[in-house]
Amino acid sequence: MSEVVLSERLQERIKTLISRYPEGKQKSALITILHEVQNENDDYLTTDLMDKIAEILSIKPIEVYEVATFYSMYNHKPVGKYMLEFCRTSCCATRKAEDMMEYTCQKLGVKEGEVTPDGLFSVRGVECLGACGYAPMLQLGDFYHEFLTKEKIDQLIEDCRAGKVELISKV
Amino acid sequence: MSKKILLEHINVPGIQGYEAYRKVGGYASVEKALKMAPLDIVEEVKKSGLRGRGGAGFPTGMKWSFIDKKSGKPAHLVCNADESEPGTFKDRYLMEKLPHLLIEGMITGSIALEAHLSYIYIRGEYMWVYRILERAINEAYANGWLGKNIKGSGYDLDVHVTCGAGAYICGEETALIESLEGKRGNPRIKPPFPAVSGLWGNPTVVNNVESIAAIPYIVNNGGEEYAKIGVGKSTGTKLISASGHIKNPGVYEIELGLPVDEFMNSDEYLGGMYSDRPLKAVVPGGSSVPILPAELFYKNAKGEPRLMTYESLSDGGFASASMMGSGGFIVYDDTTCVVRNTWNFSRFYHHESCGQCSPCREGTGWMEKILWRIEHGYGNMEDIDLLWEIQRKIEGNTICPLGDAAAWPVAAAIRHFRDEFEFHVKYPEKIKDRNHFVAEPWEKVKHLVKKEEVLV
Ligand SMILES: Cc1cc2nc3c(=O)[nH]c(=O)nc-3n(C[C@H](O)[C@H](O)[C@H](O)COP(=O)(O)O)c2cc1C
Ligand code: SF4
Ligand code: FES
Repeated sequence: MSEVVLSERLQERIKTLISRYPEGKQKSALITILHEVQNENDDYLTTDLMDKIAEILSIKPIEVYEVATFYSMYNHKPVGKYMLEFCRTSCCATRKAEDMMEYTCQKLGVKEGEVTPDGLFSVRGVECLGACGYAPMLQLGDFYHEFLTKEKIDQLIEDCRAGKVELISKV
Repeated sequence: MSKKILLEHINVPGIQGYEAYRKVGGYASVEKALKMAPLDIVEEVKKSGLRGRGGAGFPTGMKWSFIDKKSGKPAHLVCNADESEPGTFKDRYLMEKLPHLLIEGMITGSIALEAHLSYIYIRGEYMWVYRILERAINEAYANGWLGKNIKGSGYDLDVHVTCGAGAYICGEETALIESLEGKRGNPRIKPPFPAVSGLWGNPTVVNNVESIAAIPYIVNNGGEEYAKIGVGKSTGTKLISASGHIKNPGVYEIELGLPVDEFMNSDEYLGGMYSDRPLKAVVPGGSSVPILPAELFYKNAKGEPRLMTYESLSDGGFASASMMGSGGFIVYDDTTCVVRNTWNFSRFYHHESCGQCSPCREGTGWMEKILWRIEHGYGNMEDIDLLWEIQRKIEGNTICPLGDAAAWPVAAAIRHFRDEFEFHVKYPEKIKDRNHFVAEPWEKVKHLVKKEEVLV
């Protein structure tokens, strides 16, 4: 039995998600549940959390681990509170995505994949996010920031530091 | 102005919400479908000539008619909103702006398939769009379009949205079904096809967002009316996601049959090249389709003007043409390095291979490495032939078409731009900077490769 206690909101939400699948097919809710659990737990999944989800869904822990390690949006190590994910695929690359990511890394003093010492930021290169016509772009939390310029990045980082940036879209 | 079917009401204030959508005639196709025999709806979709907008272009009505209704198992309609093919962002646009159009299509389509439980599977990164859909679905329930006994018809239907978590492969329909079952996105071996055994072993149709969004118009106006739009077997309208070095990137609804030249250069559409540099190449249908050099873009190999149709974009086969694909239209000017771009695509496919079959798992990684080597000045001439061999051995030898999708861009780049690969091998000092063709566009340096060939 896992010791983890999930918030009441989360427990309610998980019930709603499970109710969307037929009886006995509750495993289908796994991928969505993992997102919601990760969101409420510093943006990464621990073994304890995954075991808890297995328990709720009445499936084996391995069934959760194999899914949680297949999909790129789940983290298994701490990440910055503000994780800046730059698309670096072709359409964005033709519109200076690499320059934008380099600029951000330099500004924050991190390499790709690293977290700033204060735990506030991390930078990551990812593949096409479906914003190719609005390049260059980055994802932060649930939201996209498009047509990036150095000025826009400066502003975004400033807003993050001031705690003015929403990460989760409203249900 | 060409005819708009999908985006007709996009500028109506508040169209994201139920009231405004209903006011412009939304959900009429559901009312009509509830009074029709399901097979008659399928018949209208067949007559419309609608072809799947997810990339393969398979006729939607025919796909629907494969559903195994005799099995006694429940059927499902599953909407593919995984949209992860580089260059493609049309489904997101449609769902963000017109969520009720998709939901109406889901209901009407489910009625045709006699499905009582259907899903929209959306990529995990589109989480804010997931919330938009969730809200719209709740509105549809609240207004009696979903749930038990829809509008007193006796028909029950539930539609839910469900999400992925970052995996291009989950756009492949059987991988999507696996993912929807809460598993890793490993494509299944076909047959059996989803129409016989799909979600939880039940007969299932998987359709792209845009295909499903075209259903309300077809049911309201009849298949024949839809088929009047377009040219030949390319009927109706198509959403094109345009990106790269153009003046007006964005999503456009075009009537199929529009001349490529008009689409590319008129102010109503892409407005020509941004910063007015010369066109070098176009990938007209998402990263998986062959890249076309400028000289084969406006006109086919016979010198006839190309049209935005499935047939015209592929006229000439892989030797001199490409494909409509997902409608991800990526334009490159003369500062683009084709080697670098091909390396970029192969990094993507390597990253996204699910790893089940060795030609894809090993081949995509190998191609990425070789392309990296050439692009960074460490390649040799044999590498180009090796690349050709590897892509040839992947194509057709894998469980799902991701293998082909990884092979084709490499093959096309070598086929049309071999001298550029050779330039990288011969002049490593000229490609040190990653923007090497910005300072000195390919046109200015290509004589170096050509001249030596004459000397040899
Ligand atoms: C690797 C791969 C990725 C795909 N990604 C998508 C996608 O994101 N969206 C989509 O609609 N179809 C995608 N497809 C095509 C689907 O397998 C399927 O053919 C399509 O959803 C059927 O819908 P349609 O007939 O309406 O086009 C992909 C196929 C492959 C092989
Ligand atoms: S071709 Fe690639 S992505 Fe498709 S099943 Fe095989 S390994 Fe997986
Ligand atoms: S290539 Fe960057 S969002 Fe598609």
